[in-house]
Amino acid sequence: MGVSAVIFYILSFFILAAGLLAVTSRKIFRSAIWLLFSLTGVAGLYFWLQMEFIAAVQIVVYVGGIVVLIIFSIFLTQQSGKDLPGPVRSRAIFSVVAVCLGFVLTCLLLRQYVFGKTGSGQVVASGESGAGAGVGNIGTQLLSTSEHGYVLPFEVISVLLLAAMIGCIVIAMKLKPEDK
Amino acid sequence: MSQVPLSHILMLSAALFFIGMYGLFTRRNMITMLMSVELILNSVNINFVAFNKYLYPDRLEGVFFTLFVIAIAAAEAAVAIAIIINLYRNFQSIDVEDADEMKF
Repeated sequence: MGVSAVIFYILSFFILAAGLLAVTSRKIFRSAIWLLFSLTGVAGLYFWLQMEFIAAVQIVVYVGGIVVLIIFSIFLTQQSGKDLPGPVRSRAIFSVVAVCLGFVLTCLLLRQYVFGKTGSGQVVASGESGAGAGVGNIGTQLLSTSEHGYVLPFEVISVLLLAAMIGCIVIAMKLKPEDK
Repeated sequence: MSQVPLSHILMLSAALFFIGMYGLFTRRNMITMLMSVELILNSVNINFVAFNKYLYPDRLEGVFFTLFVIAIAAAEAAVAIAIIINLYRNFQSIDVEDADEMKF
């Protein structure tokens, strides 16, 4: 087992342990911090897969954006020192059984399936395209209008983000008393 | 990277998915349920990136799907938190059991 494999198993243990603590911790603020560690571990996994751009986006959007938003909303909506109520016993038992059964089923299916080098995968890799996941290639294909370009989904996503922004402002807006 | 088989990465993402599922089942607080949804979306992203890297290393489709999933997750988190804050103003609580005015 080489160094690379050891790094992968340490990273995956870190991700899973932090994720498990994030969903079981009784204090909501600690839960948010464990979520932050788990998301950082996923970014490390992307670095390990040599997808540097995705790792950077993961850190900027998730760790820098969503977790900060969640922490803000925790401060706005509740006393962060208070413990959350524990789960109902019967519901917790049911959830553990369902989750374990689902995980075992997924692992059995994964063991049966053989992942071959399907499609043109390895053949073209060293050939003419030689794309790779560099930032230049990603940017060129994301904004190209040719057959495999992604400019239409890109524009649709920007409209969606604008709609989400306006929707957030309208939903969270406080009405003045005379407007009611 | 080539020393680790693809199925181990898929098992990691399945484990992360079911951890998020457990949180979604047991938690009754809306913010913690939102955190569980983020874990589930992350496990899907790991799948996309791993398939792209192992099976089609010359393509970029998995990268684009991951980027779009991240963008939609950001929009979804922002809208969810606006709804949570509005709900807190009306009910003084963000427990899903307390928000039962539109039930039945």
